[in-house]
Amino acid sequence: MTEPSATRPSTPAHPSADHPPLLEVRGLSVRFRMPGGRHVAAVSDAGFTLEAGQCLALVGESGCGKSVLASALLGLLPANAQTAGTARTAGTELLTADEAVLARTVRGRLVGLVPQSPAAHLTPVRTVGAQLAETARALTGLRGEAAARHAAGAAERAAYPADHLDRYPHELSGGLAQRAATALALVGDAPLLLADEPTTGLDRDLVEHTADELRRQVDRGRALLLITHDLAAAQRTADRVAVMYAGRIVEIAEADRFFGDPGPRHPYARGLLNALPERSFTPIPGLPPELGDLPAGCAFAPRCSKSDGRCASQRPVFAGGTACHHPEGAAP
Amino acid sequence: MIELDGITAGYDRRTPVVRGASLSLAPGEAVGLLGPSGCGKSTLARVVALLHRPEAGRLAVDGEPVCAWRHRAPRRLRTAIGVVFQQPRLAADPRLRLVDLIAEPLRATGRREGAARRAAELAETVGLTGELLRRRPHEVSDGQLQRACLARALVLRPRLLVCDEMTAMLDASTTAALVAAVESYRAASGAGLLAVGHDRVLLGRWCDRTAEWEDVATG
Ligand code: SF4
Repeated sequence: MTEPSATRPSTPAHPSADHPPLLEVRGLSVRFRMPGGRHVAAVSDAGFTLEAGQCLALVGESGCGKSVLASALLGLLPANAQTAGTARTAGTELLTADEAVLARTVRGRLVGLVPQSPAAHLTPVRTVGAQLAETARALTGLRGEAAARHAAGAAERAAYPADHLDRYPHELSGGLAQRAATALALVGDAPLLLADEPTTGLDRDLVEHTADELRRQVDRGRALLLITHDLAAAQRTADRVAVMYAGRIVEIAEADRFFGDPGPRHPYARGLLNALPERSFTPIPGLPPELGDLPAGCAFAPRCSKSDGRCASQRPVFAGGTACHHPEGAAP
Repeated sequence: MIELDGITAGYDRRTPVVRGASLSLAPGEAVGLLGPSGCGKSTLARVVALLHRPEAGRLAVDGEPVCAWRHRAPRRLRTAIGVVFQQPRLAADPRLRLVDLIAEPLRATGRREGAARRAAELAETVGLTGELLRRRPHEVSDGQLQRACLARALVLRPRLLVCDEMTAMLDASTTAALVAAVESYRAASGAGLLAVGHDRVLLGRWCDRTAEWEDVATG
């Protein structure tokens, strides 16, 4: 795995009174009501904070709940979802905001979404410049030349070349399409960016490039929640890493400690890193549990080599950066 | 066992996406083919998997030149080669339960007898068991569905497995699990492998050797 491209200024891990976090998530749970009265607990009791100039990577396998968490923050959950807890940014409660508030003040303005598939996010029949200007008009109220200038500014910040603003999406390489999508996320000057699997299916060069572009936005003072299964992209971009398993955050750690020494504290997180081809390339045995049928104790117990009777019966609480009865090493 | 010589292929005769590709795999050999996305390596994988007819060049399997592709390819050749793609959702019939998805090639080749049992056995080797096998694709995760697609590719005991970006969408543990399942099948059967992808670290760790797209094709 490659080293992060640049050393970063150290940022405080915990918000202080005069630096309220840009995003504060507490006790966030999302349940889906299924036919037959069943419930699926997609996210359970998730909590974290995120400050300006910081990137938190939320990692885990498909189906672990990380995308549902992102959808909850953007008010994009389906109708059968029930939420609990709070998710606050800039004084706005995201979980209970109605669609009008979300559309008028949240999406694009407070939270910019960097999509998974830029191709699907860009309108094929209009040039990138026209789409950016239209988004600028919608989000900022600017008109005419002013909107076009604002759009060009967002393009520049996303390192999208000015002489390609008159191109159509299908004329762009994968890298430029990703930058165009990032530019769209930046148009509204949202202080919080949410990137949902922005590197899926990209070549390694392009992954690194996209990760570096996102990091640049963070270094300019934005907060970034990076949702990914790609540990290399997380390592390249993030200050902190949150690991999700079966709908719960099981570890939050500084990226340096997580990827380097002493490594993760939670057995699942350790297993995930060990599975990388540049490490031992050994899979974690078994499969994750069904979110509709979670075990009573620790959800990882059936797959964990350290599991004991307590693990099977008693759910570990989150403490010292991890939710585990027998974590590795000492709390940081 | 597999020889590709001067293969040119594409979707429009004027602008082929693969030009003059040549590569050979020894019996039982695992070769990783590395190239950037959009370079044509997936099209070449489809040619090898007998799913895409090239415009020019020669493909030979165990010394026998291939002269027909897709449903025209002789069954004996089609069943000798298994294939797994990047996106399991595009490669799986959404109406089939996983157990039937895995058994599909057996039924399609008239081997209904014992198909369900063989499917269940294979499912276990890719880490799928019990109730999961009765679910349909929309009821399982991408990783679980890809496990089923791998089992389907192995169900006819192919002599060659073609994996086209099989793990590009998957997390590290599921990736390692699928690679381990492929390798235990290969150890037991002596099958060869063509793994196409862009992840140098992964293919380097997985395969006996890797080949660069620029050395395989001329453009
Ligand atoms: S609580 Fe027990 S079973 Fe769960 S991860 Fe920790 S040691 Fe393993």
